Amino acid sequence: MQDLTAQIVACIPSLRRYARGLTGSRDTADDLVQDTLERAWNRIALWRGRDDPRAWLFSILHNVFIDRFRAQRASPVEAMGEEEVDAPVRATQTDMLEVRDLDNALLRLPADQRAVLLLVAVERMNYEQIANALDIPLGTVMSRLSRARERLRAILTASETVSRLKVVK
Amino acid sequence: MSENGKILVTEADLHAYADGQLPEPRRSQVEAFLAGRPEERARVDAWVRDNQALRALLDPVLDEPIPVRLPLAPGRRVLPWRQFAMAASIAFVSAAAGWLSRGMLHEPAPQPLAGVGVDQMQSMAGFARRAAVAHVVYSPDVRRPVELGADQEDQLVAWLSKRLNAPLKPPHLGRVGYELIGGRLLPGEQGPVAQFMYHDPYGQRLTLYVTREAAAAGDTAFRFAQDGPVNVFYWVDGRFGYAISAGAGKNVLHLVAQEVYRQLAPTDIDQRQVHEGKSKP
Repeated sequence: MQDLTAQIVACIPSLRRYARGLTGSRDTADDLVQDTLERAWNRIALWRGRDDPRAWLFSILHNVFIDRFRAQRASPVEAMGEEEVDAPVRATQTDMLEVRDLDNALLRLPADQRAVLLLVAVERMNYEQIANALDIPLGTVMSRLSRARERLRAILTASETVSRLKVVK
Repeated sequence: MSENGKILVTEADLHAYADGQLPEPRRSQVEAFLAGRPEERARVDAWVRDNQALRALLDPVLDEPIPVRLPLAPGRRVLPWRQFAMAASIAFVSAAAGWLSRGMLHEPAPQPLAGVGVDQMQSMAGFARRAAVAHVVYSPDVRRPVELGADQEDQLVAWLSKRLNAPLKPPHLGRVGYELIGGRLLPGEQGPVAQFMYHDPYGQRLTLYVTREAAAAGDTAFRFAQDGPVNVFYWVDGRFGYAISAGAGKNVLHLVAQEVYRQLAPTDIDQRQVHEGKSKP
Protein backbone atom coordinates (compact mmCIF):
# COMPACT_ATOMS: atom_id res chain seq x y z
CA MET A 1 0.00 0.00 0.00
CA GLN A 2 2.83 2.33 0.98
CA ASP A 3 4.56 1.30 -2.17
CA LEU A 4 1.49 1.88 -4.30
CA THR A 5 1.02 5.33 -2.79
CA ALA A 6 4.59 6.21 -3.76
CA GLN A 7 4.08 4.85 -7.26
CA ILE A 8 0.94 6.92 -7.72
CA VAL A 9 2.64 10.08 -6.52
CA ALA A 10 5.53 9.38 -8.88
CA CYS A 11 3.07 9.42 -11.79
CA ILE A 12 1.70 12.89 -11.03
CA PRO A 13 4.18 14.84 -13.19
CA SER A 14 3.42 12.75 -16.25
CA LEU A 15 -0.34 12.88 -15.58
CA ARG A 16 -0.06 16.67 -15.48
CA ARG A 17 1.97 16.71 -18.68
CA TYR A 18 -0.56 14.55 -20.50
CA ALA A 19 -3.53 16.53 -19.16
CA ARG A 20 -1.85 19.75 -20.23
CA GLY A 21 -1.46 18.52 -23.77
CA LEU A 22 -5.01 17.25 -23.78
CA THR A 23 -6.64 20.45 -22.56
CA GLY A 24 -4.14 23.14 -23.49
CA SER A 25 -4.85 24.90 -20.23
CA ARG A 26 -2.93 24.67 -16.99
CA ASP A 27 -5.99 25.06 -14.79
CA THR A 28 -8.21 22.68 -16.70
CA ALA A 29 -5.40 20.16 -16.78
CA ASP A 30 -4.88 20.32 -13.04
CA ASP A 31 -8.64 20.02 -12.48
CA LEU A 32 -8.47 16.82 -14.48
CA VAL A 33 -5.49 15.52 -12.51
CA GLN A 34 -7.10 16.49 -9.21
CA ASP A 35 -10.26 14.57 -10.07
CA THR A 36 -8.15 11.66 -11.24
CA LEU A 37 -6.20 11.51 -8.00
CA GLU A 38 -9.32 11.83 -5.88
CA ARG A 39 -10.87 8.93 -7.70
CA ALA A 40 -7.65 6.96 -7.45
CA TRP A 41 -7.28 7.51 -3.70
CA ASN A 42 -10.89 6.59 -3.17
CA ARG A 43 -10.49 3.42 -5.14
CA ILE A 44 -7.06 2.44 -3.94
CA ALA A 45 -8.26 -0.25 -1.53
CA LEU A 46 -10.33 -1.89 -4.24
CA TRP A 47 -7.47 -1.88 -6.68
CA ARG A 48 -6.00 -5.31 -6.47
CA GLY A 49 -2.69 -4.61 -8.11
CA ARG A 50 -3.54 -6.36 -11.33
CA ASP A 51 -2.31 -3.60 -13.58
CA ASP A 52 0.59 -1.28 -13.70
CA PRO A 53 -0.42 1.77 -11.59
CA ARG A 54 0.57 4.17 -14.32
CA ALA A 55 -1.79 2.51 -16.80
CA TRP A 56 -4.50 2.48 -14.15
CA LEU A 57 -4.09 6.23 -13.49
CA PHE A 58 -4.11 7.10 -17.17
CA SER A 59 -7.27 5.14 -17.66
CA ILE A 60 -8.92 6.95 -14.74
CA LEU A 61 -7.80 10.26 -16.19
CA HIS A 62 -9.26 9.23 -19.51
CA ASN A 63 -12.59 8.44 -17.84
CA VAL A 64 -12.62 11.78 -16.03
CA PHE A 65 -11.91 13.53 -19.31
CA ILE A 66 -14.66 11.62 -21.13
CA ASP A 67 -17.15 12.37 -18.36
CA ARG A 68 -16.40 16.06 -18.70
CA PHE A 69 -16.86 15.80 -22.41
CA ARG A 70 -20.26 14.27 -21.94
CA ALA A 71 -21.19 17.12 -19.68
CA GLN A 72 -20.09 19.57 -22.35
CA ARG A 73 -21.97 17.68 -24.98
CA ALA A 74 -25.10 17.92 -22.85
CA SER A 75 -24.94 21.65 -23.36
CA PRO A 76 -25.22 21.75 -27.12
CA VAL A 77 -22.21 23.96 -27.70
CA GLU A 78 -19.77 21.78 -29.53
CA ALA A 79 -19.59 18.28 -30.82
CA MET A 80 -17.24 15.84 -29.17
CA GLY A 81 -13.82 15.78 -30.65
CA GLU A 82 -13.75 19.14 -32.35
CA GLU A 83 -11.86 21.95 -30.73
CA GLU A 84 -13.76 21.58 -27.50
CA VAL A 85 -12.31 22.50 -24.14
CA ASP A 86 -11.47 26.08 -23.35
CA ALA A 87 -9.23 28.23 -25.43
CA PRO A 88 -5.59 27.55 -24.76
CA VAL A 89 -3.70 29.98 -22.60
CA ARG A 90 -0.25 28.68 -21.97
CA ALA A 91 1.39 31.59 -20.26
CA THR A 92 4.62 29.86 -19.36
CA GLN A 93 5.68 29.07 -22.90
CA THR A 94 8.06 31.10 -24.96
CA ASP A 95 6.82 33.38 -27.63
CA MET A 96 8.34 31.30 -30.38
CA LEU A 97 5.95 31.21 -33.24
CA GLU A 98 6.48 27.52 -33.90
CA VAL A 99 5.75 26.55 -30.34
CA ARG A 100 2.46 28.37 -30.42
CA ASP A 101 1.68 26.88 -33.78
CA LEU A 102 2.23 23.37 -32.53
CA ASP A 103 0.23 24.12 -29.43
CA ASN A 104 -2.70 25.42 -31.43
CA ALA A 105 -2.43 22.67 -33.99
CA LEU A 106 -2.58 20.09 -31.24
CA LEU A 107 -5.76 21.61 -29.83
CA ARG A 108 -7.35 21.57 -33.23
CA LEU A 109 -7.15 17.80 -33.39
CA PRO A 110 -10.26 15.91 -32.33
CA ALA A 111 -9.82 14.92 -28.69
CA ASP A 112 -9.69 11.17 -29.28
CA GLN A 113 -6.90 11.61 -31.83
CA ARG A 114 -5.04 14.07 -29.63
CA ALA A 115 -5.14 11.61 -26.74
CA VAL A 116 -3.57 8.82 -28.76
CA LEU A 117 -0.91 11.05 -30.30
CA LEU A 118 0.11 12.40 -26.88
CA LEU A 119 0.26 8.98 -25.30
CA VAL A 120 2.48 7.77 -28.13
CA ALA A 121 4.71 10.76 -28.65
CA VAL A 122 4.97 12.29 -25.21
CA GLU A 123 4.14 9.54 -22.74
CA ARG A 124 5.90 6.98 -24.93
CA MET A 125 3.41 4.27 -24.16
CA ASN A 126 3.32 1.33 -26.46
CA TYR A 127 0.25 0.84 -28.61
CA GLU A 128 -0.96 -2.07 -26.51
CA GLN A 129 -0.88 -0.05 -23.30
CA ILE A 130 -2.76 2.75 -25.00
CA ALA A 131 -5.45 0.35 -26.18
CA ASN A 132 -5.86 -0.77 -22.57
CA ALA A 133 -5.80 2.69 -21.05
CA LEU A 134 -8.37 4.07 -23.49
CA ASP A 135 -10.33 0.83 -23.62
CA ILE A 136 -10.33 0.68 -27.41
CA PRO A 137 -9.08 -1.97 -29.85
CA LEU A 138 -5.49 -1.82 -31.09
CA GLY A 139 -6.71 -1.13 -34.62
CA THR A 140 -8.53 1.95 -33.38
CA VAL A 141 -5.35 3.17 -31.70
CA MET A 142 -3.52 2.87 -35.01
CA SER A 143 -6.20 4.57 -37.06
CA ARG A 144 -6.50 7.45 -34.59
CA LEU A 145 -2.74 7.84 -34.53
CA SER A 146 -2.61 7.87 -38.29
CA ARG A 147 -5.39 10.43 -38.61
CA ALA A 148 -3.89 12.56 -35.84
CA ARG A 149 -0.56 12.72 -37.63
CA GLU A 150 -2.08 13.40 -40.98
CA ARG A 151 -4.17 16.20 -39.59
CA LEU A 152 -1.39 17.71 -37.49
CA ARG A 153 0.85 17.78 -40.56
CA ALA A 154 -1.86 19.43 -42.62
CA ILE A 155 -2.47 22.11 -40.00
CA LEU A 156 1.23 22.81 -39.48
CA THR A 157 1.95 22.91 -43.20
CA ALA A 158 -0.89 25.34 -43.74
CA SER A 159 0.28 27.62 -40.94
CA GLU A 160 3.86 27.52 -42.23
CA THR A 161 2.58 28.67 -45.60
CA VAL A 162 0.62 31.47 -43.98
CA SER A 163 3.58 32.73 -41.97
CA ARG A 164 5.79 32.63 -45.04
CA LEU A 165 3.22 34.71 -46.88
CA LYS A 166 3.23 37.18 -44.00
CA VAL A 167 6.99 37.46 -44.20
CA VAL A 168 6.87 38.13 -47.93
CA LYS A 169 4.22 40.77 -47.47
CA MET B 1 17.50 -3.53 -52.51
CA SER B 2 15.89 -5.44 -55.33
CA GLU B 3 13.71 -7.31 -52.90
CA ASN B 4 12.39 -4.13 -51.30
CA GLY B 5 9.34 -4.31 -53.44
CA LYS B 6 8.48 -7.71 -52.04
CA ILE B 7 8.41 -6.66 -48.43
CA LEU B 8 4.91 -5.97 -47.27
CA VAL B 9 5.00 -2.86 -45.18
CA THR B 10 1.83 -1.48 -43.68
CA GLU B 11 1.00 2.03 -42.58
CA ALA B 12 0.99 0.67 -39.03
CA ASP B 13 4.58 -0.51 -39.52
CA LEU B 14 5.60 2.98 -40.52
CA HIS B 15 4.07 4.47 -37.38
CA ALA B 16 5.64 1.80 -35.19
CA TYR B 17 8.97 2.51 -36.89
CA ALA B 18 8.67 6.24 -36.23
CA ASP B 19 7.78 5.55 -32.60
CA GLY B 20 10.61 3.08 -32.04
CA GLN B 21 8.08 0.31 -31.39
CA LEU B 22 9.18 -2.17 -34.06
CA PRO B 23 11.16 -5.22 -32.95
CA GLU B 24 14.51 -5.61 -34.68
CA PRO B 25 14.15 -7.85 -37.72
CA ARG B 26 11.11 -5.87 -38.78
CA ARG B 27 12.73 -2.54 -38.09
CA SER B 28 15.55 -3.20 -40.55
CA GLN B 29 13.08 -4.34 -43.18
CA VAL B 30 11.10 -1.14 -42.85
CA GLU B 31 14.29 0.88 -42.97
CA ALA B 32 15.27 -0.83 -46.20
CA PHE B 33 11.80 -0.23 -47.56
CA LEU B 34 12.05 3.46 -46.77
CA ALA B 35 15.51 3.75 -48.32
CA GLY B 36 13.98 3.35 -51.74
CA ARG B 37 11.06 5.65 -51.15
CA PRO B 38 12.06 9.23 -50.36
CA GLU B 39 8.48 10.44 -50.08
CA GLU B 40 7.57 7.88 -47.47
CA ARG B 41 10.87 8.51 -45.74
CA ALA B 42 10.09 12.23 -45.52
CA ARG B 43 6.66 11.49 -44.11
CA VAL B 44 8.09 9.24 -41.40
CA ASP B 45 10.83 11.74 -40.60
CA ALA B 46 8.22 14.45 -40.16
CA TRP B 47 6.39 12.23 -37.64
CA VAL B 48 9.60 11.71 -35.71
CA ARG B 49 10.19 15.46 -35.65
CA ASP B 50 6.61 16.04 -34.51
CA ASN B 51 7.13 13.58 -31.66
CA GLN B 52 10.23 15.48 -30.60
CA ALA B 53 8.49 18.83 -30.90
CA LEU B 54 5.57 17.63 -28.79
CA ARG B 55 7.94 16.45 -26.10
CA ALA B 56 9.80 19.75 -26.20
CA LEU B 57 6.47 21.51 -25.83
CA LEU B 58 5.17 19.48 -22.91
CA ASP B 59 8.19 18.15 -21.04
CA PRO B 60 8.69 21.42 -19.13
CA VAL B 61 5.48 20.51 -17.23
CA LEU B 62 7.44 17.71 -15.57
CA ASP B 63 9.68 20.21 -13.82
CA GLU B 64 6.89 22.37 -12.45
CA PRO B 65 6.22 22.10 -8.73
CA ILE B 66 3.13 20.03 -8.04
CA PRO B 67 0.25 22.37 -7.18
CA VAL B 68 -0.88 22.29 -3.56
CA ARG B 69 -4.41 21.32 -4.46
CA LEU B 70 -3.39 17.92 -5.79
CA PRO B 71 -3.91 15.30 -3.08
CA LEU B 72 -0.72 13.31 -2.54
CA ALA B 73 -2.19 10.60 -0.34
CA PRO B 74 -5.55 9.10 0.46
CA GLY B 75 -7.23 11.90 2.36
CA ARG B 76 -10.01 12.25 4.82
CA ARG B 77 -12.36 11.07 2.12
CA VAL B 78 -11.47 7.50 2.97
CA LEU B 79 -13.65 7.27 6.03
CA PRO B 80 -14.17 4.27 8.29
CA TRP B 81 -17.59 3.59 6.78
CA ARG B 82 -15.90 2.91 3.49
CA GLN B 83 -13.85 0.14 4.97
CA PHE B 84 -16.96 -1.16 6.61
CA ALA B 85 -18.92 -0.97 3.37
CA MET B 86 -16.11 -2.77 1.65
CA ALA B 87 -15.95 -5.51 4.24
CA ALA B 88 -19.71 -5.82 4.01
CA SER B 89 -19.65 -6.05 0.27
CA ILE B 90 -16.92 -8.67 0.38
CA ALA B 91 -18.97 -10.69 2.85
CA PHE B 92 -21.92 -10.27 0.56
CA VAL B 93 -19.88 -11.46 -2.38
CA SER B 94 -18.73 -14.60 -0.64
CA ALA B 95 -22.20 -15.31 0.68
CA ALA B 96 -23.62 -14.85 -2.76
CA ALA B 97 -20.85 -16.64 -4.60
CA GLY B 98 -22.45 -20.06 -4.37
CA TRP B 99 -25.76 -18.70 -5.45
CA LEU B 100 -24.17 -16.81 -8.27
CA SER B 101 -22.27 -19.69 -9.80
CA ARG B 102 -25.35 -21.84 -9.58
CA GLY B 103 -27.53 -19.13 -11.00
CA MET B 104 -25.14 -18.21 -13.75
CA LEU B 105 -24.37 -21.70 -14.90
CA HIS B 106 -27.53 -23.67 -14.49
CA GLU B 107 -30.55 -21.53 -13.91
CA PRO B 108 -32.14 -19.73 -16.78
CA ALA B 109 -32.55 -16.06 -15.98
CA PRO B 110 -36.02 -14.90 -15.07
CA GLN B 111 -38.02 -14.43 -18.22
CA PRO B 112 -37.90 -10.65 -18.49
CA LEU B 113 -34.14 -10.90 -18.71
CA ALA B 114 -34.15 -13.22 -21.66
CA GLY B 115 -35.39 -10.87 -24.33
CA VAL B 116 -33.33 -7.77 -24.69
CA GLY B 117 -34.91 -5.42 -27.14
CA VAL B 118 -32.70 -2.92 -28.91
CA ASP B 119 -34.28 0.45 -29.29
CA GLN B 120 -33.48 3.34 -31.49
CA MET B 121 -33.42 6.67 -29.74
CA GLN B 122 -36.67 7.58 -31.44
CA SER B 123 -38.61 4.88 -29.68
CA MET B 124 -36.65 5.05 -26.45
CA ALA B 125 -39.03 5.34 -23.54
CA GLY B 126 -39.30 8.87 -22.21
CA PHE B 127 -38.04 7.96 -18.79
CA ALA B 128 -35.01 6.16 -20.22
CA ARG B 129 -34.12 9.23 -22.20
CA ARG B 130 -34.46 11.40 -19.10
CA ALA B 131 -32.28 8.89 -17.25
CA ALA B 132 -29.56 9.20 -19.89
CA VAL B 133 -29.67 12.98 -19.68
CA ALA B 134 -29.51 12.85 -15.87
CA HIS B 135 -26.52 10.52 -16.13
CA VAL B 136 -24.74 12.93 -18.43
CA VAL B 137 -25.48 15.87 -16.17
CA TYR B 138 -24.52 14.39 -12.82
CA SER B 139 -21.92 11.70 -13.42
CA PRO B 140 -19.03 14.05 -14.35
CA ASP B 141 -19.40 15.88 -11.04
CA VAL B 142 -16.50 14.60 -9.00
CA ARG B 143 -16.97 16.52 -5.79
CA ARG B 144 -20.73 16.53 -5.46
CA PRO B 145 -22.17 13.79 -7.63
CA VAL B 146 -24.93 12.98 -5.15
CA GLU B 147 -27.05 14.78 -2.57
CA LEU B 148 -26.73 12.11 0.07
CA GLY B 149 -23.72 9.83 0.21
CA ALA B 150 -23.62 6.10 0.75
CA ASP B 151 -22.35 6.80 4.28
CA GLN B 152 -25.85 8.04 5.06
CA GLU B 153 -27.61 5.19 3.37
CA ASP B 154 -30.35 4.93 6.01
CA GLN B 155 -31.26 8.55 5.56
CA LEU B 156 -31.05 8.16 1.81
CA VAL B 157 -33.44 5.22 1.89
CA ALA B 158 -35.86 6.99 4.22
CA TRP B 159 -35.78 10.22 2.28
CA LEU B 160 -36.22 8.75 -1.22
CA SER B 161 -38.85 6.25 -0.06
CA LYS B 162 -40.82 9.07 1.49
CA ARG B 163 -40.57 11.32 -1.54
CA LEU B 164 -41.44 8.58 -4.02
CA ASN B 165 -44.08 7.30 -1.66
CA ALA B 166 -42.88 3.72 -1.98
CA PRO B 167 -40.22 1.66 -0.25
CA LEU B 168 -37.02 2.10 -2.21
CA LYS B 169 -33.55 0.79 -1.44
CA PRO B 170 -30.45 1.15 -3.55
CA PRO B 171 -29.31 -2.29 -4.70
CA HIS B 172 -25.81 -3.34 -3.74
CA LEU B 173 -23.78 -3.96 -6.84
CA GLY B 174 -20.46 -5.03 -5.34
CA ARG B 175 -20.91 -8.38 -6.95
CA VAL B 176 -20.81 -6.86 -10.41
CA GLY B 177 -17.99 -4.48 -9.50
CA TYR B 178 -19.83 -1.29 -8.61
CA GLU B 179 -19.94 0.51 -5.31
CA LEU B 180 -22.67 2.90 -4.23
CA ILE B 181 -21.67 6.56 -4.09
CA GLY B 182 -25.07 7.84 -3.05
CA GLY B 183 -28.27 9.20 -4.48
CA ARG B 184 -30.33 12.23 -5.29
CA LEU B 185 -33.86 13.27 -6.01
CA LEU B 186 -34.68 14.64 -9.46
CA PRO B 187 -37.76 16.11 -11.05
CA GLY B 188 -39.47 13.69 -13.41
CA GLU B 189 -42.30 14.46 -15.75
CA GLN B 190 -44.99 14.46 -13.10
CA GLY B 191 -43.16 14.03 -9.84
CA PRO B 192 -39.94 13.08 -8.14
CA VAL B 193 -37.63 10.36 -9.40
CA ALA B 194 -34.61 8.84 -7.67
CA GLN B 195 -31.10 8.53 -9.05
CA PHE B 196 -28.50 6.29 -7.44
CA MET B 197 -24.90 6.61 -8.49
CA TYR B 198 -22.21 3.94 -8.41
CA HIS B 199 -18.62 3.67 -9.52
CA ASP B 200 -16.27 0.87 -10.48
CA PRO B 201 -12.61 0.55 -9.41
CA TYR B 202 -11.58 2.63 -12.40
CA GLY B 203 -13.81 5.51 -11.44
CA GLN B 204 -16.31 4.86 -14.22
CA ARG B 205 -19.73 5.89 -13.11
CA LEU B 206 -23.05 4.22 -13.49
CA THR B 207 -26.45 5.58 -12.52
CA LEU B 208 -29.68 3.81 -11.68
CA TYR B 209 -32.78 5.88 -12.29
CA VAL B 210 -35.99 4.81 -10.61
CA THR B 211 -39.32 6.33 -11.46
CA ARG B 212 -42.96 5.61 -10.75
CA GLU B 213 -44.07 7.34 -13.90
CA ALA B 214 -43.66 4.36 -16.19
CA ALA B 215 -45.93 1.93 -14.38
CA ALA B 216 -48.91 2.62 -16.62
CA ALA B 217 -47.01 1.14 -19.53
CA GLY B 218 -47.09 -2.30 -17.90
CA ASP B 219 -44.14 -4.60 -17.36
CA THR B 220 -41.60 -4.84 -20.12
CA ALA B 221 -38.55 -6.92 -20.94
CA PHE B 222 -35.11 -5.41 -20.69
CA ARG B 223 -34.53 -2.86 -23.38
CA PHE B 224 -31.27 -1.44 -24.53
CA ALA B 225 -30.68 1.95 -26.04
CA GLN B 226 -27.70 4.07 -26.90
CA ASP B 227 -27.44 7.80 -26.70
CA GLY B 228 -24.03 8.76 -28.01
CA PRO B 229 -21.49 7.47 -25.51
CA VAL B 230 -24.14 6.56 -22.94
CA ASN B 231 -25.65 3.10 -22.93
CA VAL B 232 -28.98 2.58 -21.22
CA PHE B 233 -30.72 -0.55 -20.05
CA TYR B 234 -34.28 -0.02 -18.94
CA TRP B 235 -37.39 -1.90 -18.01
CA VAL B 236 -40.65 -1.56 -16.18
CA ASP B 237 -41.43 -3.86 -13.34
CA GLY B 238 -44.49 -3.49 -11.15
CA ARG B 239 -44.75 0.03 -9.84
CA PHE B 240 -41.37 1.20 -11.03
CA GLY B 241 -39.52 1.98 -14.20
CA TYR B 242 -35.76 1.42 -13.98
CA ALA B 243 -33.00 2.72 -16.21
CA ILE B 244 -29.30 1.99 -15.84
CA SER B 245 -26.99 4.38 -17.65
CA ALA B 246 -23.24 4.21 -18.07
CA GLY B 247 -20.45 4.50 -20.54
CA ALA B 248 -19.73 0.82 -19.92
CA GLY B 249 -20.50 -1.73 -22.62
CA LYS B 250 -23.78 -3.49 -23.20
CA ASN B 251 -22.59 -6.76 -21.65
CA VAL B 252 -21.55 -5.10 -18.43
CA LEU B 253 -24.83 -3.21 -18.24
CA HIS B 254 -26.76 -6.37 -18.87
CA LEU B 255 -25.06 -8.03 -15.91
CA VAL B 256 -25.75 -5.03 -13.73
CA ALA B 257 -29.37 -4.94 -14.88
CA GLN B 258 -29.80 -8.58 -13.97
CA GLU B 259 -28.34 -7.93 -10.56
CA VAL B 260 -30.57 -4.91 -9.99
CA TYR B 261 -33.58 -6.86 -11.18
CA ARG B 262 -32.72 -9.72 -8.88
CA GLN B 263 -32.46 -7.48 -5.87
CA LEU B 264 -35.43 -5.26 -6.56
CA ALA B 265 -37.92 -7.68 -8.07
CA PRO B 266 -40.70 -8.86 -5.79
CA THR B 267 -39.42 -11.93 -3.98
CA ASP B 268 -42.81 -13.58 -4.15
CA ILE B 269 -42.54 -16.52 -6.51
CA ASP B 270 -46.08 -16.29 -7.79
CA GLN B 271 -45.56 -12.72 -8.76
CA ARG B 272 -42.46 -13.61 -10.66
CA GLN B 273 -44.32 -16.25 -12.62
CA VAL B 274 -47.10 -13.84 -13.43
CA HIS B 275 -44.34 -11.65 -14.65
CA GLU B 276 -43.00 -14.20 -17.07
CA GLY B 277 -46.35 -14.40 -18.79
CA LYS B 278 -46.41 -10.84 -19.98
CA SER B 279 -42.81 -10.02 -20.51
CA LYS B 280 -42.39 -10.30 -24.25
CA PRO B 281 -41.09 -7.08 -25.75
